[in-house]
Amino acid sequence: MDERKTILDVKGLRTSFFTDDGEVPAVDNVDFHIRQGEVLGIVGESGCGKSVTSLSIMGLVPSPPGKIVSGEILFQDKDLTKLSDKEMRQIRGDDIAMIFQEPMTSLNPLFTIGNQLREALKIHKKDWSKSQIQERAVEMMKLVGLPRAEALLNEYPHQLSGGMRQRVMIAMALLCDPKVLIADEPTTALDVTIQAQILKLIKNLNERLDTAVLLITHDLGVVAETCERVVVMYAGKVVEEGPVHTIFNDPQHPYTRGLLESVPDMRFKKERLYSIPGNVPKPGSIKTGCKYAARCEFAFDRCRVEDPELYQTAEDHKTRCFLFDPKEAKPNDRTVVES
Amino acid sequence: MTEPLLKVEGLKKYFPITGGMLGRVKGHVKAVDDISFYVNEGETLGIVGESGCGKSTTGRMLMRLLDPTEGKVTFDGQELTSLSASDMRKARRDIQMVFQDPYASLNPRHSIEKILMEPLNVHNIGDPKERKRKVHEFLEIVGLSSYHAKRYPHQFSGGQRQRIGIARALMTNPKLIIADEPVSALDVSIQAQVLNLMQDLQRDLKLTYIFIAHDLGVVRHISDRVGVMYLGNMAELADTESLYEKPLHPYTQALLSAVPVPDPDFVREEVVIKGDVPSPANPPSGCRFHTRCPFKMDICSQEIPRFAEVEPGHSVACHLYEECRPQ
Repeated sequence: MDERKTILDVKGLRTSFFTDDGEVPAVDNVDFHIRQGEVLGIVGESGCGKSVTSLSIMGLVPSPPGKIVSGEILFQDKDLTKLSDKEMRQIRGDDIAMIFQEPMTSLNPLFTIGNQLREALKIHKKDWSKSQIQERAVEMMKLVGLPRAEALLNEYPHQLSGGMRQRVMIAMALLCDPKVLIADEPTTALDVTIQAQILKLIKNLNERLDTAVLLITHDLGVVAETCERVVVMYAGKVVEEGPVHTIFNDPQHPYTRGLLESVPDMRFKKERLYSIPGNVPKPGSIKTGCKYAARCEFAFDRCRVEDPELYQTAEDHKTRCFLFDPKEAKPNDRTVVES
Repeated sequence: MTEPLLKVEGLKKYFPITGGMLGRVKGHVKAVDDISFYVNEGETLGIVGESGCGKSTTGRMLMRLLDPTEGKVTFDGQELTSLSASDMRKARRDIQMVFQDPYASLNPRHSIEKILMEPLNVHNIGDPKERKRKVHEFLEIVGLSSYHAKRYPHQFSGGQRQRIGIARALMTNPKLIIADEPVSALDVSIQAQVLNLMQDLQRDLKLTYIFIAHDLGVVRHISDRVGVMYLGNMAELADTESLYEKPLHPYTQALLSAVPVPDPDFVREEVVIKGDVPSPANPPSGCRFHTRCPFKMDICSQEIPRFAEVEPGHSVACHLYEECRPQ
């Protein structure tokens, strides 16, 4: 068992959007935790609620229409959902920082890189002198591997390439030595060779600075390469959680299995890809039963009426599927009967 | 040996850069700079590369959606590059395209029936009754139902819209389909469905594909041969097996080693290349990859390497292999 202390604990989080059609839960009763210095991956397809989860942690859910309806987000014994805007502002960017998918839209085109880096320090390190702030900015630019750090601080975002901008974003996020770094699809907009550089950098910094990283992505390759533990989400729910080796070598939930089999592997040619039938459901469209039942090849009567809970299948492995309910028959017997 | 279905020779596309008060041409972006390849009937040629390498520009030039600056495209014995606009329109009956963004490539104000009927109207195929029957037939072929014909694009999911895009390309019974990043906007589970559909259609309708993508896993899965582009040049072209198992060009090696593999136990051979892709407006001299190449020699910055065969069916543009080439 991992001895490291839990640094962020999300319990029963439910974030909903209130639309004309009523409440749409984008994140529904989500539990997970991150330990100090750990890299945790959240994977899922579009609309599964992975981004809303990260925005909930940061207190950035657009409100209205969004709202954290219930649940707790515990960070250093404080419940982030209960904090005032002012208290949240002190944590955001200081203890918990975030980088986004599109580095161009998250940098202000009208200010120099240096201006934007210094701003974060001016807010969170009020007692620092100007030269201290400048020094720190240069140090971070060097840390993320940017050449000509001093000169770059006087340049504007449009003068940098996509990969460099993402490095600037990472430098900015790490300025105040955050305990948790949330990276929401940090390499999706980048080319593969640049993606490899950025992932390597994130991993490196995680090891050197002992910052916990919450990596949100749809790319199973990125997860396999960078994460220690994985949370798989589907339709607003956590469907499986476990160490990366277990998830990839011994996936339990039919969705995780289907997802892994449908990825074309660069290393060898599969004759035919496995494909999950049907489409990703719209959030809130499935009211009863397991959210995956309609697409699941193992679904039986109970799946369509009852919502499964997360069953503990091993010490560090959980699956939300009736096949792993100790009260049901052994999963292997069932597969034989079903096929 | 039979003649290839499509033959491309010395294809170039330079986009002018204008500037100043008079809008004078200050230079050129060499989006595609002298590439040659062929596609045999019934096969799939994959074209991979990072953004800005010219793969999409190449695809558009093959259909003459962009006019090439120089070069020759021969399709089924006919030289496309010398055709008039109206003759080209007729030729497009046999070459169709599937686009990346299924949201942007379907007119939101037209019903699916109207969208699918359009190519038949343009090419004057069949009478109205027959056209309608064909629309319904092709909807079924791509895995939708004929009652979908009355609906509008916004009523479909991304994967379904891409099926509609494929159906539209099939309406005229084309020989060649150019698919430009057809699955990159789709989720993994839907991506697999569309790839399987494309493979089934190829087998049933004897189609030839040019499959343009940046995802090396997807390209390996679907292609018989693969070309790797870098900054407007073809760096390497070979059949899929040898390209992935024995990549020759340092760029191909780096590209393959950079792809994250969905297996946490996988140990990679690392060929990390530094820096970013240079600007195509001011490409490096000599070999365009020399600024990032781990095996750079003196000659690389001076002379442009020839793109030629090193082994049968395996061509590469790199000075490292100059001696092994048959003279």
